[in-house]
Amino acid sequence: MSERVPFPLQIVTAPKVAERFGDLHPPFDRQAAVPEANRCLYCFDAPCTIACPTHIDVPGFIKKIASGNLSGSARTILDANILGASCSRACPVEVLCEGACVMHRYNKQPIQIARLQRFAMDALYESGAPLPFEPGAETGLSVALIGAGPASLACAAELRRRGIRARLYDARPLPGGLNTYGVAEYKLPLVESLREIEMLSQLGVDFHFETRIDASGLAELERKHDAVFLGIGLGAIHQLGVSGEALAGVTNALDLIAGYKSGSLTTVPERVVVVGAGNTAIDAAIAAVRLGAADVRIVYRRGAEQMSAFRFEYEHAKNEGVKFLWHVQPTGVRGDRVVEGIELTKLESTEDGSIVPQMGSEFVLEVDLIVLSIGQATHAAFLFESSSTFGKIQLERGRIVIDRATGQTSYPKFFAGGDCTNGGREVVDAVADGKRAGIGIAKWLEVQYVQT
Amino acid sequence: MSRPKPTLASTFCGIECLNPFWLASAPPTNCGEQVMRAFDAGWGGAVWKTIGEPITNVSSRYSSIDWEGRRMMGFNNIELISDRPIEVNLQEIAEVKRRYPKHVVIASLMVESKRESWHDIVQRAEDAGADGLELNFGCPHGMSERGMGSAVGQVPEYCEQITGWVKEKARTPVIVKLTPNISDIRVPARAAKRGGADALSAINTINSITGIDLDTFQPNPNVDGKSSHGGYCGPAVKPIALNMVQQIQADAASVLPLSGIGGIGSWRDATEFILLGCNTVQVCTAAMHYGYRIVEDMQDGLLNWMGEKGFATIEDFRGLSLPNVLEWKQLNLNYQIVARIHKDLCIGCQLCYTACWDGAHQCIHLDRTAAAPDTTRTPGIVEAESARRISTTPIPKLDAETSGRTNAITPLERIPRVDEDHCVGCNLCSLVCPVENCITMERIDKDLPFESWEERVAKGLVPTGASEVMSTNT
Repeated sequence: MSERVPFPLQIVTAPKVAERFGDLHPPFDRQAAVPEANRCLYCFDAPCTIACPTHIDVPGFIKKIASGNLSGSARTILDANILGASCSRACPVEVLCEGACVMHRYNKQPIQIARLQRFAMDALYESGAPLPFEPGAETGLSVALIGAGPASLACAAELRRRGIRARLYDARPLPGGLNTYGVAEYKLPLVESLREIEMLSQLGVDFHFETRIDASGLAELERKHDAVFLGIGLGAIHQLGVSGEALAGVTNALDLIAGYKSGSLTTVPERVVVVGAGNTAIDAAIAAVRLGAADVRIVYRRGAEQMSAFRFEYEHAKNEGVKFLWHVQPTGVRGDRVVEGIELTKLESTEDGSIVPQMGSEFVLEVDLIVLSIGQATHAAFLFESSSTFGKIQLERGRIVIDRATGQTSYPKFFAGGDCTNGGREVVDAVADGKRAGIGIAKWLEVQYVQT
Repeated sequence: MSRPKPTLASTFCGIECLNPFWLASAPPTNCGEQVMRAFDAGWGGAVWKTIGEPITNVSSRYSSIDWEGRRMMGFNNIELISDRPIEVNLQEIAEVKRRYPKHVVIASLMVESKRESWHDIVQRAEDAGADGLELNFGCPHGMSERGMGSAVGQVPEYCEQITGWVKEKARTPVIVKLTPNISDIRVPARAAKRGGADALSAINTINSITGIDLDTFQPNPNVDGKSSHGGYCGPAVKPIALNMVQQIQADAASVLPLSGIGGIGSWRDATEFILLGCNTVQVCTAAMHYGYRIVEDMQDGLLNWMGEKGFATIEDFRGLSLPNVLEWKQLNLNYQIVARIHKDLCIGCQLCYTACWDGAHQCIHLDRTAAAPDTTRTPGIVEAESARRISTTPIPKLDAETSGRTNAITPLERIPRVDEDHCVGCNLCSLVCPVENCITMERIDKDLPFESWEERVAKGLVPTGASEVMSTNT
């Protein structure tokens, strides 16, 4: 294999626009990290560990920071969560580990677990030490992993530690999936995502980029490999299905975020409307503010109580100056060649709980950019496109159905995890899925091959 | 009825004291300028840094133990007695006494073990105006190799003899400062008393090595890559000092007016020493850590406490705790307490659970929500169950049932349960519990009369041989 350029060096030096996206949670220095670590009670069967989808031994890694055993601390984190660095930045810790901290019931100030985790991970990178794991003795077995996002990366790490070859295929030029292209820069900078995956590559994961796998490609991979892992995430962002949607100036949240993170997008026009009120919509709206928009609004067909964004994300958006328009539905996009406005109709709820347009409440908001963030389709449909084997993989509402504990699909040779199985959750959920699947695949393969 | 206004003034072996807070013989009492600033800050007395033939010190000479972010939990030094000429020290003592006649200045002395040397230094110190003399028989490092300090304190015969020489000459009270580097503090205390000492002070520092640098493998304090055993003091040594003070006070052959030393940093610490019979207390490490200003709260806090308790003078409460320290064999074997976990205060950390299983007597269980008590589930089983749990990030819109969950109340299944029938009342759970008053130890009435080991032996219920083994600390 020819000399490979490390992932972080494959991007142009951080785009200028990144300067506007300073850390949401600045790193700890040692003087602050050690007292914070000592504040941890070292709970037994700690609620923070239970709450973490990857079950990081939180009190364990925190005590190691307190004792100055930083390499041990990083290992404890990575042992449970191979993407511990990105999770320390991107995790909604308010509803996970920190939300579960018993300190809420004591002095009300939870241990700052995420910042401590980042402290340990940063220390590992700065020390220049290699990933504290080695690939297992080669078994001759191999697994193809479709998609190079968090689920596949976590799965690949488990496979490599067990001596199973892991081949990742991704349509993009760089690994990481949403970690690299989709998480807001002030949470997880692109270069940090790549730095982490670069380290993971020390386990000998095989990457194949800009390779789109179709049904026939998948059939071939199935023939060539002992198992296949589907970490394909979600598909295209939904469309509104209204007139004028094809005009220039209508984009979607993921393209907007990927655009500014990779440096191809450096500015947005004055007036921006984001449609949808999930966490991604919030990220897009804040990005629009920081990219220079003067007026950013989020429009949502329901109220604040029903939005899928976390409470703290909502508060953060308000602090950044994002305005919210509740109970409205876009009914059209106005403009000649480019977007000039968005037609909105107010909604009201009826007695049976459904929401209906309010007669005569239509109005137009003048905007220069419309960002859609109203959910993503799955693209598991391609599994049905050809041969009958794939038809055996059971889907439910477009999601691949798996055994939660092992990641196995209804077709035993296929495993899956991440957004394509759960409809879109957090990075840490994908990592947990991938980890369980990696262990599940290894166990399944052992049974397949040891018996013969 | 109005309570008397409390006063800190007292008398210690005939020496009038403005208050019981003295600075111990150490760097904070190295020179006249320091002692006068200390008196201005409120210290009632100072034991001058030991006077003798001037020595040469090494550097560095201090090291310390930090604990969970707190600095100087324990402190260690290899500094010797005064490195200044005897004449200079004596002139400054005279000057201090001239300017502060009501404050106590004690001359700490250490000279070679010759009668004439002691007679000479005693005479000169008293001529300078010292209110009393403290014989340094405790210094564990440097001086002991020269046959002084703890080399004297560790041999009762020397202790008695030198105290006797000093008493032949002294006109002011003689205080003997004891070393803790001995198996029974009462042995040198009795010797000092036999020698005619008017008072004692205890404890001096404890032999120690505070730590080793893990990068250089050199011990602290570092003197050109090497080190030596030093004297340990500071908050860490208080329990050891309190025990030795109690042993002296409970022994008729040892008991004398006592100046308590060892880890005193606040009025609370000082009060504990006085409750065990001390007349005054001496402070060093805390003053080295925070400066002379700490005495303000020491005076203020003690006066407020005395006011609340209705004590007018130090004599009113001095030694009140002594009757409460007994030998183990005299304790009531029929007194039984059990732990109670107050579930409204419990935060669910489960430190008591794992402490009881691994560190104590396996009487706390996690079965509050179980149909029937389950005393078979071990911590290992609990952890394995948790590890198998599949957790996901709750999303408000998708997981309606989880998003409304509050973390303000501890779920019942996380609150441990004490098996009161098996609880031995050891107290460990209440010690590890981070929440004040969450675990209390409650008396359970067994309707049994007081009975001690000693009584059981007397009744012939246990062989007397066993009772001999039990009384090693007497």
